[in-house]
Amino acid sequence: MFVLVEMVDTVRIPPSDFERQLNDAIAEELNKKLANKVVYNVGLCICLYDITKLEDSYIFPGDGASHTKVHFRFVVFHPFLEEVLVGKIKYCSQEGVHVTMGFFDDILIPPESLQQPTKFDEAEQVWVWEYETDEGAHDLYMDQGEEIRFRVADEVFVDTSPTGPAVATPDAPAQPGQSTAPPAEESGDKKEAPYTLIGTICEPGLGLLSWWNS
Amino acid sequence: MFKTSTFIQKSFKHEIISTISCLCLHRKKANAAMLSNYEVFKLLTDLKEQRRDAGKSKHSVRQQNLNTIMYETLKYLSKTPCSRQSPEIIKEFLTTMKHHKLTKAEKLQLLNHRPQTAVEIQLMVEESEERLLEEQIEELIQNVADLLPGDPEQENKAAADARMDEGGEQS
Repeated sequence: MFVLVEMVDTVRIPPSDFERQLNDAIAEELNKKLANKVVYNVGLCICLYDITKLEDSYIFPGDGASHTKVHFRFVVFHPFLEEVLVGKIKYCSQEGVHVTMGFFDDILIPPESLQQPTKFDEAEQVWVWEYETDEGAHDLYMDQGEEIRFRVADEVFVDTSPTGPAVATPDAPAQPGQSTAPPAEESGDKKEAPYTLIGTICEPGLGLLSWWNS
Repeated sequence: MFKTSTFIQKSFKHEIISTISCLCLHRKKANAAMLSNYEVFKLLTDLKEQRRDAGKSKHSVRQQNLNTIMYETLKYLSKTPCSRQSPEIIKEFLTTMKHHKLTKAEKLQLLNHRPQTAVEIQLMVEESEERLLEEQIEELIQNVADLLPGDPEQENKAAADARMDEGGEQS
């Protein structure tokens, strides 16, 4: 679930923190910069593990702060593919089952990866596994708050760093009947999660824990 | 302690410095090591103690993200088997697991999840039907149950249920 990632960065210590031990000041700055943030293609950063190397600190003209190049290791949440994880069901929607682990929320189990056959109950907004036995079909509801065991099928990293302002195309003539909504509105509506896990429960042993506990 | 660099151009502006700092962050080695849940749990618990002892009030305002992620991760991990593990337990577990010839990832999953049924073992060990005989799976379940401490609440409940069943049969 968690990995150690070696990283290098330049840390800026403002003059007000010069009285502190350099290691402590740097550790605080690194945690402030990275904790609870997703780094593209790395994962969700949790906290600093240790500092492996401190290079010399420099002060540049015009800025009173010191800049230090730091080699350090950070604890990152980055489950490997096919890893089995346990989470709680946040809610169900047409897109699938949304699972949360408390510290990480963007886990989705799409409908095709649910135990088959499953149908979506519109009234209660839950996915229901229609489990067939000799005695008949049992409806197993995937309710909110239930603990669920799933396997990581895929991970999606999206670069959500800010892009430049949307470039308007004044030359393109507006065709009659076509709406020319500025793209800025679109990008404002949908906020994509920088790191999403796609899960599957299409195997014996996966799904709600209560299904498999005798 | 600080070197003033005379090699930097005079035209350096603050904005450029901050941009360069952002660009500078890069990873040297992704997946330098895999961590067990216990190691992360211990690290966060120690960090929490350390910050509580330091007692500075400005921590809470400046380090809101760190507080949030620490709280949530500890909350999640404290409900998993890793909260009852220790370095000695893990060492003994890994020594016992040697002869089962499992991969590092499989042993890590067994350690983090503490599976109690054959179905769970099959989930975590790849191609378990081909690699392990039924007796070996049973042995694996027994090893996991013996070496890794379980949830005392769950075990008390199981014991209470067993006693209730016995009582029912006798009467």
